[in-house]
Amino acid sequence: MFVRGLKRKCFDGEEDIEGTLAGIKAIPSYNLQRQSLLDMSLVKLQLCHMLVEPNLCRSVLIANTVRQIQEEMTQDGTWQMINTQSTGQASLDRLVSTDILCRSSREQAEGKHVSGYSTFNKDFDGSQAQDSSETMSTASSLQAPRHLQNNAWEMENPQENKGNFQKSLDQIFETLENKSPNSVEDLFSEVDNSYYDFDTMLTGMMSNTKMGHCDGLETFSSPTTTASNSNCKSDLNELDHIVEILVES
Amino acid sequence: FLGAGGGNDIQWCFSQVKGAVDDDVAEADIISTVEFNHSGELLATGDKGGRVVIFQQEQENKTQSHSRGEYNVYSTFQSHEPEFDYLKSLEIEEKINKIRWLPQKNAAQFLLSTNDKTIKLWKISERDKRPEGYNLKEEDGRYRDPTTVTTLRVPVFRPMDLMVEASPRRIFANAHTYHINSISINSDYETYLSADDLRINLWHLEITDRSFNIVDIKPANMEELTEVITAAEFHPNSCNTFVYSSSKGTIRLCDMRASALCDRHSKLFEEPEDPSNRSFFSEIISSISDVKFSHSGRYMMTRDYLSVKIWDLNMENRPVETYQVHEYLRSKLCSLYENDCIFDKFECCWNGSDSIVMTGSYNNFFRMFDRNSKRDVTLEASRENNKPRTVLKPRKVCASGKRKKDEISVDSLDFNKKILHTAWHPKENIIAVATTNNLYIFQDKMN
Repeated sequence: MFVRGLKRKCFDGEEDIEGTLAGIKAIPSYNLQRQSLLDMSLVKLQLCHMLVEPNLCRSVLIANTVRQIQEEMTQDGTWQMINTQSTGQASLDRLVSTDILCRSSREQAEGKHVSGYSTFNKDFDGSQAQDSSETMSTASSLQAPRHLQNNAWEMENPQENKGNFQKSLDQIFETLENKSPNSVEDLFSEVDNSYYDFDTMLTGMMSNTKMGHCDGLETFSSPTTTASNSNCKSDLNELDHIVEILVES
Repeated sequence: FLGAGGGNDIQWCFSQVKGAVDDDVAEADIISTVEFNHSGELLATGDKGGRVVIFQQEQENKTQSHSRGEYNVYSTFQSHEPEFDYLKSLEIEEKINKIRWLPQKNAAQFLLSTNDKTIKLWKISERDKRPEGYNLKEEDGRYRDPTTVTTLRVPVFRPMDLMVEASPRRIFANAHTYHINSISINSDYETYLSADDLRINLWHLEITDRSFNIVDIKPANMEELTEVITAAEFHPNSCNTFVYSSSKGTIRLCDMRASALCDRHSKLFEEPEDPSNRSFFSEIISSISDVKFSHSGRYMMTRDYLSVKIWDLNMENRPVETYQVHEYLRSKLCSLYENDCIFDKFECCWNGSDSIVMTGSYNNFFRMFDRNSKRDVTLEASRENNKPRTVLKPRKVCASGKRKKDEISVDSLDFNKKILHTAWHPKENIIAVATTNNLYIFQDKMN
């Protein structure tokens, strides 16, 4: 079961188990749970992206949930660990079994909480200079091919971190407005249009394999996008990847 | 809890159940809305197949003083048909999202029914006599040969079997880009509002080619969208006041006298978040699925995923009462997110005197909260309690630990059996509870 309000890098709950090994299996780490929730949410968004008439309320709520996770992961510096994995696989492969995610934990039953969580949120909200949607880190599935490319931009522009996730969110909302087309081809052509959209090209196409030394908050303080040397090839590769995921789904 | 007997507690008895018996539910039969009319004599249901079924209460039988009249089918009609939006390559569902009755002004009854895009005003009228004795036509309608007509007569009305006809009188279309979730008739009985995810429009009942946009929360850039409208309702007495709720758990009260576009609320009702309960699901479960004014107009009730809240219109910073519907689900939110149940939109309703509120839950359970005694009860809509005048047995869900006899553990709840729509007779203790495809009617036990 997903543990609420807890921030832990390693699992605990020794009381629950007979042996350490059994314990590791019984209670997944908070990070694993959180990543699993993120993956599940992205799949849900993708699915509703292709439904005949996506439920806007549901989509907005899921997207907001994803944003929250991304914000927290960025703050943690956790997403940096994920990016260095550079698996290059679609997240569907990496999707943690929801059985693990939803297994109940002793902490959950006891209703513990860490007061730091709420404080963290307030701090983060206070220091944000811009829309939280721009602070997205790139731990999403569509991020994957990016790991293999474009190391040249990694320190260049902090704003690059807007990343693929923002792009996929944009597409989703754009599509929700325009209504999702039936054929994959149409979908691809919609993505194609956004390629020419200056905003998404600059911000969406930028990859960044590492946060490097950037402080999480510092990264998102600059409001403007500046990268002028976007790589068109990376766009196409990413588009291919999106189509691949959609076709698989 | 209610039903324990004694005092003023209500003892609920099964009265009737409408709908197919078999477990295999035809999708078109899924009930999507339930509404009593202003007198309570008529009960309307809408379903996913776009049909409206109206039940009428029998006149009370003097010999059967132990029960009130039964509800029998009065009229059935196809309100909405599926449509296809060619521009967007999308089907528009015919599912009836809401039905609202107009107060009765003459012999006919009027109701508004809406699907995702189009609202229709239906007139339901009775015909119990027909003209007979035309000079130029036979009784079956064929024209008579004029040369055979030798005398003239005056046609007269003769009684016939009662026929109930439903005819669409107005069609209010093309005003909503997003899905309509609410309609609400103003207390002036001339205008009504319709709300979709991002906008609210004001209509005049007589005018179909124009509507006024009174709320618009669509951001200039759809990428910035983080909040949608989930429900809206006019105040029962002030014809200039309405409220709308959002997916972030806020309610805004607007005064139409302030400006043409009510972008700035007059009041904002929001309860501060409880930090100890914070999780990634906090926002989702705070999303309000229904908002209803009390009959008095002094209070309003909101339903979010786990609770029902009563707000005093004079106090914006927190509700005056909060009732937990199924708190035992809080530890299951992840599973409920996975299977999408966390997005279920439960409705809620007041009884006629505003002393009790009711809402649905899972496993075909529904809950009632008595605001005065602070007692609550969980009942079940099931064909197993089929005998009329048998008092319903209260149910209890065992959240954790040792399950007592007759309790049901959380893990054995059926999340496919959800009661989203309930309605309470405006004057009597008669309730209509919709399971997936059946409509249950319960009454209090009369002595």
